[in-house]
Amino acid sequence: MSEQPTIEVRNLRTHFFTKAGVVKAVDDVSFSVGKGRILGLVGESGSGKSVTGFSIMGLVDPPGRVAGGEILFQGRDLAKLSEEEMRKIRGARIAMIFQDPMMTLNPVLRIDTQMIETVLAHDKVSEAEARKRARAALVQVGIPSPDERLKAYPHQFSGGMRQRVAIAIALLHKPELIIADEPTTALDVTIQGQILFEVQKLCRESGTSLIWITHDLSVVAGLADEICVMYASRIVEKGTVDEVLDHPLHPYTRGLIGSVPSRNVRGRPLAQIPGMTPSLLNLPPGCAFRARCPRASEACLVEPEMTAPLPNREVRCFHPHLETVAA
Amino acid sequence: MTAEAEIGRRARVADSTAPMIELRGVSKQFRKTLDLAGRIAQRLGANVREEVVHAVDNVDLAVKQGEVVGLVGESGCGKSTLGRMVAGILPASSGTILWKGQDVKTLPPEQAKAAKLAIQMIFQDPYASLNPRLRVDRIIGEAPLVHGLVTQGEFDAYLAQQMRRAGLDPAFKRRYPHQFSGGQRQRIGIARALAVQPEFIVCDEAVAALDVSIQAQILNLFMDLRRDLNLTYLFISHDLGVVEHLSDRVVIMYLGRIVEEAPAEDVFASPNHPYTQALLTGVPRIDSRKRAFSAVRGEIPSPLNPPSGCHFHPRCPHAMARCREEAPKLKAIAPGRRSACHLNDGAA
Ligand SMILES: Nc1ncnc2c1ncn2[C@@H]1O[C@H](COP(=O)(O)OP(=O)(O)OP(=O)(O)O)[C@@H](O)[C@H]1O
Ligand SMILES: Nc1ncnc2c1ncn2[C@@H]1O[C@H](COP(=O)(O)OP(=O)(O)OP(=O)(O)O)[C@@H](O)[C@H]1O
Ligand code: SF4
Ligand code: SF4
Ligand SMILES: [Mg+2]
Ligand SMILES: [Mg+2]
Repeated sequence: MSEQPTIEVRNLRTHFFTKAGVVKAVDDVSFSVGKGRILGLVGESGSGKSVTGFSIMGLVDPPGRVAGGEILFQGRDLAKLSEEEMRKIRGARIAMIFQDPMMTLNPVLRIDTQMIETVLAHDKVSEAEARKRARAALVQVGIPSPDERLKAYPHQFSGGMRQRVAIAIALLHKPELIIADEPTTALDVTIQGQILFEVQKLCRESGTSLIWITHDLSVVAGLADEICVMYASRIVEKGTVDEVLDHPLHPYTRGLIGSVPSRNVRGRPLAQIPGMTPSLLNLPPGCAFRARCPRASEACLVEPEMTAPLPNREVRCFHPHLETVAA
Repeated sequence: MTAEAEIGRRARVADSTAPMIELRGVSKQFRKTLDLAGRIAQRLGANVREEVVHAVDNVDLAVKQGEVVGLVGESGCGKSTLGRMVAGILPASSGTILWKGQDVKTLPPEQAKAAKLAIQMIFQDPYASLNPRLRVDRIIGEAPLVHGLVTQGEFDAYLAQQMRRAGLDPAFKRRYPHQFSGGQRQRIGIARALAVQPEFIVCDEAVAALDVSIQAQILNLFMDLRRDLNLTYLFISHDLGVVEHLSDRVVIMYLGRIVEEAPAEDVFASPNHPYTQALLTGVPRIDSRKRAFSAVRGEIPSPLNPPSGCHFHPRCPHAMARCREEAPKLKAIAPGRRSACHLNDGAA
């Protein structure tokens, strides 16, 4: 426990100052990931998961900016680094696999050009050596015929292959922290297994820490040590994978787990959380989940704080489902 | 009844029972022609050849009105390519595609236009398929307006309805695609496809970027539309839980070919093809924790250079000598079930 975490995010706030108003995409988010550990970041679509990742990478574009908090990477606050210092870290020591592979890939450049450039940006090796590393990385993510594929352009790949190339690029420098944003959503189970295998190996052997953003609870279940659940820009629940998936405390987490198709009867309507995601532009006062929550009460008109009702568990709710844990 | 009238009547009957969409022997190849250096090297006897990807290889497939057909298979096996041909966005290299019994290549212009509107596709890659310079109101609303599905006066209400139905806040209608989250972008694509009131929808990983609660909302919407409007779906997904939940029939592809086709219950209860069996055992479950994931066994074959005979033989635990030489045909193994594996030929 005394070891310094690889990344520690404290009270992060990232806001977009749009014409229509301030979008508080990330609001008071805190978590940390130790060496070789895997954190699963799950939650509602639009709740701020990707923006949390962009904030760590220093890639929030205007009109957005980090409006508060600290992002400690091995104790150094990334939010205070210059763009020049950040460039040295980005890609080499912290890498992000973007939700959209075309954010990593340049459509007009061949894959080999892009991968070799990435290697040479941080390592002084020969071009031949860089090519060898690029080829090996493609094999790692299960791309057959790597020599031919290196010479191809992104549009000549299938959706899942593009995603794998983006993953291969993130793995090139064996970074200390990888932020993976929905990296396996478009992959079938065999290839997904191959990638999760490589990722687990990297964490075990190189001590790489991982933030795995996903909506796929079954992947988180198999991969992560801890889970943070986000709803409307905030973390609403935090704990170990077993605790959170087996005994969810927050009503939103419970609703989420209940919607998994394999937990529903085939062909029947899927259980869904009633109502719509609130607009981040004008969140109602009090708990953001109130309008959709079966447990809401008068008390919920006040904004709930993160509390720790049980050892190693945190939840942002006035009426957590403690009854399921007691059993 | 005159002979002519009889023929006309038969044609109409045939029409009404014809599948909504039918593919006969459809293939698609992508060629990478050699550049000048390559051609010279080839002349000089170097071992360079034109690269051909057999993305889709001789596929027969029919989808009836009101049916939901799930299409699954390994990444890169040709699902999106097949979907794009069905949606009329990509021409087939060979074979015939029939829309309501008529060859799409010979449809008169009016009908071709109607078919184009009636078949919509929700794309795998929402970012690449949304014009970054257009605001959401135009992305979703332009086609319905142009095709007269809605008048200028009703436009705002119609747009709001379409956005809300896909779980998007109409207050965001003046935003550009990059101002949305990944899942919100996917819903823009869904709203755009549904806004033109299609009859047939090709969903290419349409819910992959959505958290399960919004996914449930969209899947329930798809099922409601099917019940109320008799919509037909080709549902491409790698998420077997979703496919099982939604589909009547499941088609499994491997390296450009269909290897199995069966009613959904049967595939999940008793998969026939060894690839299907492998696929089903790999499914991650929310109940399995801290799994040790394993690497793919055997080499992943390349569509640039597919294995001889049965494409699956390098990875198949049951492969026999025959499998290396002869490609198994897709054959009926039970009513409504087809599979392409030599093991089905009895004692082999
Ligand atoms: N450039 C921008 N301008 C205004 N709002 C933005 C911008 N980028 C993101 N947002 C908003 O910030 C919120 C958080 O977005 P983010 O991409 O982090 O969501 P997410 O949790 O990753 O969702 P998903 O699972 O759908 O990818 C969203 O509501 C989104 O609409
Ligand atoms: N425009 C193109 N030019 C060259 N090759 C292409 C092109 N489009 C697709 N391919 C190739 O065709 C094959 C099938 O691609 P397709 O996109 O249909 O796969 P998919 O089954 O949808 O895979 P995924 O699950 O990864 O999306 C792949 O090998 C791909 O590289
Ligand atoms: S604080 Fe109240 S409204 Fe919010 S999740 Fe808990 S019970 Fe529901
Ligand atoms: S034909 Fe042979 S190699 Fe192919 S799936 Fe059947 S047993 Fe396996
Ligand atoms: Mg995201
Ligand atoms: Mg695809």
